[in-house]
Amino acid sequence: MISRHEKNPVLTVEDFSVDYMVENPVHAVRDVSFSLGRGEILGLAGESGCGKSTLAYGITRLLKPPAVVTSGSVVFHSREGYAIDIGALEGDDLRAFRWSRISIVFQGAMNSLNPVINIRAQLEDIFTTHRPEIGKKERRELCGDLLERVGVDRSRLRSFPHELSGGMRQRVMIAMAMALDPQVMIMDEPTTALDVVVQREILREITRLREELGFAVIFITHDLPLLLEISDRIAVMRNGEIVELGEAADLYLHPKHDYTKQLLSSFPSLTGARGDFVRTGIEKGPRT
Amino acid sequence: MTTIEARNLVKRYSVRGARGQKLLALNDVSFTLEAGKTVALVGQSGSGKSTLAKILLQLERPTSGQVLLDGAPAASRGRALRDYRSAVQMVFQDPFASLNPFHSIEHHLARPLLIHHRARSGAQVQAGVRRLLERVGLEPAMLTRRPHELSGGERQRVAIARALAPSPRVLIADEPVSMLDVSIRLDVLNLLSQLQREENLAILYITHDLATARHFSDEILVMLKGEIVERGPADDVILNPKHDYTRLLMEAAPNPERRLSGR
Amino acid sequence: MTSVLAQDPATAALAGKTTGTRQLLPSMTPKLAAGLIVAAAIILFGVLGPFLVQDPTAISNVALSGPTGAHLLGTTQTGQDVLAQLAFATRGSLIIGAVVGALAIVLSAFFGIVGSYAGGWIDESFSLFTNVVLVIPGLPLVIIISSYIPQKSLLLVAGVLAITSWAGGARVLRAITLSLRSRDYVAASKVAGERTWRIVLVEIFPNLVPILASQLVFAIIFAILGEAGLSFLGLGASGSLTWGTMLFYAQNGLALRLGAWWWFIPPGLLIALFGAALSLINFSIDEVVNPKLRDQTRSVRKRWSLTKPQLRPLDKEDVR
Repeated sequence: MISRHEKNPVLTVEDFSVDYMVENPVHAVRDVSFSLGRGEILGLAGESGCGKSTLAYGITRLLKPPAVVTSGSVVFHSREGYAIDIGALEGDDLRAFRWSRISIVFQGAMNSLNPVINIRAQLEDIFTTHRPEIGKKERRELCGDLLERVGVDRSRLRSFPHELSGGMRQRVMIAMAMALDPQVMIMDEPTTALDVVVQREILREITRLREELGFAVIFITHDLPLLLEISDRIAVMRNGEIVELGEAADLYLHPKHDYTKQLLSSFPSLTGARGDFVRTGIEKGPRT
Repeated sequence: MTTIEARNLVKRYSVRGARGQKLLALNDVSFTLEAGKTVALVGQSGSGKSTLAKILLQLERPTSGQVLLDGAPAASRGRALRDYRSAVQMVFQDPFASLNPFHSIEHHLARPLLIHHRARSGAQVQAGVRRLLERVGLEPAMLTRRPHELSGGERQRVAIARALAPSPRVLIADEPVSMLDVSIRLDVLNLLSQLQREENLAILYITHDLATARHFSDEILVMLKGEIVERGPADDVILNPKHDYTRLLMEAAPNPERRLSGR
Repeated sequence: MTSVLAQDPATAALAGKTTGTRQLLPSMTPKLAAGLIVAAAIILFGVLGPFLVQDPTAISNVALSGPTGAHLLGTTQTGQDVLAQLAFATRGSLIIGAVVGALAIVLSAFFGIVGSYAGGWIDESFSLFTNVVLVIPGLPLVIIISSYIPQKSLLLVAGVLAITSWAGGARVLRAITLSLRSRDYVAASKVAGERTWRIVLVEIFPNLVPILASQLVFAIIFAILGEAGLSFLGLGASGSLTWGTMLFYAQNGLALRLGAWWWFIPPGLLIALFGAALSLINFSIDEVVNPKLRDQTRSVRKRWSLTKPQLRPLDKEDVR
């Protein structure tokens, strides 16, 4: 049986490597390969320094020196049927590609809003840059629609970032990432700084929007239980490599790699028997 | 046996520039900590848990209410305050920010030993700091290093060692593992449990993570907007929440078993 | 991501170092080496020179003559040896620099650090005082003082310069101390039972040393340039020999008009060189304090294993 991501991939990453070419070069990402199915939620789990953010930036051509892509390819398969080699895009093509096909919600994004410009101006900025042909009135409508789509009231268009709560700001960032109807959204720790209740609301929005609009999501976080709840498949990264990649349920019930088992055993079970971890029956040996 | 008791604590902050408006951070909070038991204080940001920690540590004064140590009101100045400090210690959330980047690990551990007269001579200090490092599972070679040379987990262990130096009876752990890498969190929490057993400490474990709160504490207090809205034995609160807010927290917390354990 | 103020100066300084010893010192770069060598040479000249040259006040008949064997830098209008004067002037200017630097730092540290750590009304009053002193114009103040005391000693001029230069540094120190005061490690010291004065001296102060070093160097530059300016206007320590008073006498002796370049160029050149050398040293100290300056300078980038085309995007972003 061919799985969904192989039959209908929207993104194919092959042997992708990124090095930080400082005096003693650091291999941040090593020969990473995976494919992302259309409309799939792929969780990317790993601890700090494993290279998950570097991978995300590498895929979207956002890396700055001393980080350099040393090998591999990233191919985007559009809805219309043609394939785009992201690594080969330059100049205007790259600008047109960015944000309209793949968008990214950065870590700490809710603090990335310009504090002296109101929300509407920041949303409109996207349209004036990428869709200059849209008229002023229609643009304003679109911005209002965007906000309502992420569950923020249209009247908030006039607000400034500091007048919104952390959760609302994050929704605005997600709205901005969705503005041009991308087919892939990369989210780097989008809920880490938020309260558990707000986090749950944001995750609901993301899954609901995914149902509605059909985009694929690469969800990067260290919070494995969260990924187990919302992802279709999960990739576990360590030291720049993907050590395990599989369906969420498989990973949870039958983890293969030792590191996956170690990660799973780091999360105590919330409602299971007292003293159990998320994955029962895992031996906890001495660790540093 | 009650070691430390918070009685009807209220804390009001005046908000700058808001014409006499006051922020009510704590609203009539009362609870007790007993030797050998861990109490978890669960709440989201803005619930008042940090304010409560600061008041228990005498970093701030309550607007009204009392803190009692062994039945007597906590002292607020002089030698009596120093004695209080030797009994009540804290492990901070950020392992990097809670250690002074300029000083060596030895300095961090030696100072509390000297201040509270747990060691008087140079030799005693040397022996004392080595013992402290041993108890938290670190090598004596760390003594000459500086915080930036240690990993996050090692730094937090140093912070725990520093808190243990005055031989306290109460330990306030404010989100001690939330800034650490996932795979070492349980090790640090297990270390705290082990030290609690060895020293018969009363621990207040402040966290927003319900799972570890349940796993490592005997009793859970749920805080919302400066009030304790639910309290009880850990399993009871988690498996049988009574207050709406507790139910909301339980429903919101990531729980893969909800989705996956059926298979 | 973090601003300079948000990050501990000491953290920034130590972040790049892997050894256990105290490596708060900036790393040796050509810039720093040049600055140190030039500054050291001038200081050496100022310290030892006066012992090796003739009497600067000895009048002779050889007036206003260019460099010769007997007078390596020529003579002044009254036949005094310029080289000798230069040596003593260097010493005089360096003394002013040192005294003003030390005084200004002590005042900045006191009003900036102590006040803001204490908090409350002490902080408010110290801050108010600092702001008032900051706003008082220095030059008019000196002119007023001059009119009361026509014969000023070197130390009096140094005193006046110090009084008008500490306030800016105090503001910076206050801002940084306020931010450090709310750090966790300060709270941890309090919880450990540390006394207030020890916290200020042992926990907070060491983290301020890089900033203070930078302020000290800057104060010295300001002092020397300020004294030169004052003396040139005739408001300086007219009885003593400094670079500024040399320029004053040269101006009065119509050196420029008469083309006696050997009289005014040497002191002017030394002022410029010493100022430049101290500035280079200050840039290196800045690199210690602000890691962004250290990790991304051109000299660091050269050491990366990247080709020129790969580095071009970064060059384009550099502020021109």
